[in-house]
Amino acid sequence: MNAFPLLLVSQSALEPGGTNASRILTLGEGMVFLLGIIFVAVMIMAVIPLMRRHRGIEQEPLERTHQPSEATERKLAIVVGSAAGATVVILLGLVAVSVVVGKSISTAGMPSHALTIEVTGNQWWWNVRYMNDDASKIIVTANELHIPVGRPVVIRGMSNDVIHSFWIPGLQGKRDLIPSRVNTEWIQADRPGNFRGQCAEFCGLQHAHMAMWVVAEPEDKFDAWFAHQGQDAVPPATEELQRGQQVFLNSACILCHHIQGTEAAGQVAPDLTHFGSRMTIAAGTLQNNKGNLAGWIADPQGIKPGTKMATVPVKSEDMQPLIDYLESLQ
Amino acid sequence: MLLTAACQREKRDLRPAPTRLAVLGTAARESLLQPGGAQAPLEPVNPAEGNAYSISEGQRLFNAYNCSGCHSHGGGGIGPPLIKDVWTYGNDPANLFDTIVKGRPNGMPSWGGRLPEYQIWQIVTYIRSLNKLEPKSATPTRSDSIEQNPHTLTPVPEPKLQ
Amino acid sequence: MSAVLTEIPRETKTADRDALSRVWRPRPGFTGWLSVTTHQQIGLRYIKTAFFFLLLGGVEALLMRLQLAFPNNTLLGPFRYNQIFTMHGTTMMFLFAVPMMEGVGVCLVPLMVGTRNVAFPRLNAFGYWMYLMGGIFFYSGVFTGSVTAAGWFAYTPLSGPQYSVGKGVDYWAQMITFTEISALCVAVELIVTILRMRAPGMSLNRLPLFCWSMLVQSAMIIFAMPAIVMASNFFLLNDRTIGTHLANPAEGGDPILYQHIFWFFGHPEVYIIFLPALGMVSMILEANTRRGIFGYPAVVLSLVGNGFVAFGLWVHHMFATGLPQLGEAYFTAASMMIAITSGVQIFCWIATIWTGRLRMTAAMHFVFGFLFIFVLGGMTGVMLASIPLDLQAHDTYFVVAHFHYVLIGGALFPLFGAFHHWFSKFTGRMIDERLGRISFWILFVGFNLTFFPMHLAGVNGMPRRVYTYPPEMGWQTDNLLSSIGALMIAIGGAVFIANALKSLRAGRVADADPWDSSTLEWAVPSPPPAWNFDNLPVVSSRYPLWIDPEERACVVGMRDDRREVLTTTVLDAAPHHRYVLPASSIWPFLTAVGLTIGLICAVFAFSGYWLASLLGLIGFIGWFWPPRHVEVEP
Repeated sequence: MNAFPLLLVSQSALEPGGTNASRILTLGEGMVFLLGIIFVAVMIMAVIPLMRRHRGIEQEPLERTHQPSEATERKLAIVVGSAAGATVVILLGLVAVSVVVGKSISTAGMPSHALTIEVTGNQWWWNVRYMNDDASKIIVTANELHIPVGRPVVIRGMSNDVIHSFWIPGLQGKRDLIPSRVNTEWIQADRPGNFRGQCAEFCGLQHAHMAMWVVAEPEDKFDAWFAHQGQDAVPPATEELQRGQQVFLNSACILCHHIQGTEAAGQVAPDLTHFGSRMTIAAGTLQNNKGNLAGWIADPQGIKPGTKMATVPVKSEDMQPLIDYLESLQ
Repeated sequence: MLLTAACQREKRDLRPAPTRLAVLGTAARESLLQPGGAQAPLEPVNPAEGNAYSISEGQRLFNAYNCSGCHSHGGGGIGPPLIKDVWTYGNDPANLFDTIVKGRPNGMPSWGGRLPEYQIWQIVTYIRSLNKLEPKSATPTRSDSIEQNPHTLTPVPEPKLQ
Repeated sequence: MSAVLTEIPRETKTADRDALSRVWRPRPGFTGWLSVTTHQQIGLRYIKTAFFFLLLGGVEALLMRLQLAFPNNTLLGPFRYNQIFTMHGTTMMFLFAVPMMEGVGVCLVPLMVGTRNVAFPRLNAFGYWMYLMGGIFFYSGVFTGSVTAAGWFAYTPLSGPQYSVGKGVDYWAQMITFTEISALCVAVELIVTILRMRAPGMSLNRLPLFCWSMLVQSAMIIFAMPAIVMASNFFLLNDRTIGTHLANPAEGGDPILYQHIFWFFGHPEVYIIFLPALGMVSMILEANTRRGIFGYPAVVLSLVGNGFVAFGLWVHHMFATGLPQLGEAYFTAASMMIAITSGVQIFCWIATIWTGRLRMTAAMHFVFGFLFIFVLGGMTGVMLASIPLDLQAHDTYFVVAHFHYVLIGGALFPLFGAFHHWFSKFTGRMIDERLGRISFWILFVGFNLTFFPMHLAGVNGMPRRVYTYPPEMGWQTDNLLSSIGALMIAIGGAVFIANALKSLRAGRVADADPWDSSTLEWAVPSPPPAWNFDNLPVVSSRYPLWIDPEERACVVGMRDDRREVLTTTVLDAAPHHRYVLPASSIWPFLTAVGLTIGLICAVFAFSGYWLASLLGLIGFIGWFWPPRHVEVEP
């Protein structure tokens, strides 16, 4: 689960893996092409007089008159007028194309959906809930979404504190998460893969370290993952792991975190029920492995200064069982 | 002097060092008698005194750790109010610290051993700010009950998917 | 240089220079320095103070670039970095860009329209003191740690009392009060000066293009600035200090409302910065192509159109907030349409260059640099106006690249050009052209090296306002190039400063009109005397100085024993009446001090506003105390 390479991660809008991002990229390429041509043309027009000057071509003797001839002014008027007219037409065309593409990537252009995910932004992590009409079947996780390839997914975005922005460049444009509002957008992956995204609205000290992963996988793998996520946390199998669970339950951890199936029922921090199966710690800041986890628990402020995670003093003999236990929560 | 007050208000200490209390386990002595002759009394200094960031963290933790479950937003409910003139166990920072760490009879849980020390000081300073014992410029301007938090946010009805 | 006669022959001189210099001389000593009301002095003070803030903002930018040069860099922690980028944006937008344009306007407009001073000299002084004190107050927070870290736009709820603690954001909000009062003062006086104090015969269709741009800009200021005062003071500062709930969603407030109000100001703000630069470009081109700008009516209409349309664009900063699609589509259309008003001007300028007789001074280099950079920025702007593209590019380094292209290219390069062009007029010495060209090339290359890679970083997923980034994202090359470019810009700036200082001391002495220009400011000696013109000019053409000197007229019969100017009618500039301007006065300074004390107290206690009102009232009483004799002559 943790063995994917972090050599080069793409969070690029230029490498879309989703329907909407592809549509946006096509529009973008078209506009860059068209506007690039216009830019080059305008620059050439501006630079040619410089070249002419250097070749010593005589121009009208303006030192005395300061006024070119009537004929010149008339010609210029026609050229400038046509250029202005062409600009209007081109811009109107761009407006029309943008509106059409905009409609297709908005919820108006969405095929009928089956999956609704509620994403709530917090400082500086993402709460993820897979919605269900039966409240007891709502699945809660954090900082990582799994979606099935080829099926549209509705993201309902909210915020618990300040304005955040949910943005997975490989899949779709961004949508701000605003407290007291629900903002909806849809994403759909066209191919399996891991898509990284990042909060895109300045939200305070650790805005830079508020990332999330969207894992797009084939239907059968997604269904397996989904079913497993709905279950209680894996009970500790060995004595060492039981000791780790005891350390967790006796510390401040349970005041904030939730592990389904134990007494830990805190609501203000990421859900840890299946923490071991996630790719990263601290909203994409660290790869999820035991060394990083120990460092994170021992000194969260050193890794993510300003984070709301408390610096809980854990005795050195308790640390190893604790992280073993947390990593066992697959 | 104005400058030091401002610096105290504005600084942000993300990793406050533990005070000597971590060793002693208590902030306020209950007796002034000491063996070996009089010594300078142990006066634990509230590291978060007058600090705006600590008070705002205290406000956040007050809700996060559900102090408001018993004390509401200072007005009390199951537990006594925290905005008052007469304090059974005193409202000096050291006394408030002990109340939270040791717990008190008739229902106040003992949080020592769970909460990290620096967070207890933040909550202590926040409670003092509720009682206007902290500088006004460092105190939050909104009462807790009307401050925004997940339980007070009622999202506007979701617009129809257009 | 030409041998055009720029002074009225001695025989027809009717004003006594000695008398004028007695009347227009500032009072001696330190109180005299505080009491200055002549427009050149005040305009130059604006320019120098704004330049100082430019340097401060530049240092902040360099610190940011040094932090971002390498992934996971530890030069600046998150809090410090957030403070620095907030200060950078705030300083550049509020303390440098607008006051600098004001300063250039205050210096040039009275000279260009042919009068002796702005319409309200004491208001002019008052505006400057408010600006200076606001800037000092804002930066005094650095010494107490009260520095905002909420971004230059200070979105709620992040900037509200719950998530931004301490007094930093309060200092920010109050600083805006100071700078907005200052901008409004200058706007009001420039509008009146341009509309009522032009030289006789300078009908509106003969008004120089720079004055048109200042006129439109001042009108925009009057409509836009109240919105930011609403957003920062009424909305944010009150939420933070006296417990209102305008942005508290728990009590019915709305963070989006703050964004609307802020951007209703914020978008016109960038055009407020940009429009005077367009005017400067027109004037520089006119002088260095030896012909009037092609299509004067089209350019004027474009300037006015720009001013109007700029107020209809603000939601393009909010495309990601989930507003209804149809409404957002309107703003797409408007945002693209404003490219037309800018585009028409660019086409007219190119037509001018095409048919003009070019002289490539250092100022002209900056104008061509402006054309390249600004048009490129305009292209990315059209891309950002399209909602789908904006939803990917919003709040990434693509936007950072875009607005630096249009702001630096569209405002700072013309300012550099204007500096090189008018340096001789205000200092009496010619600036070194060769050093000017060298500084241009370093700045141009450095600028593109800094900001072009940001387009790529942005579309590759790098968001804005991040204090660091992981090495595996692939952004480090772009960031390193940007940081190297930033150092280049610093070097170019240093060459520019060295050029200015060297030319000040050892430049060739300048005569009145080294460029064979068309507008009235070149008719006076360099530097101009405090009263500008010995005899107020009369104009009969759009290009007064290109008329044969024998055919030029001037006004006779003005008194030279008091500060007298001629007011003219709005449309045709027919003489209307004589107006006596006030002499030097300490009251603008004292009133500004009183208001400053009150406004600073208001940050800590609401009753400060009462104090501000009281002290302001005392100041105004002194200010408006009637002089001993008042004469009004038809």
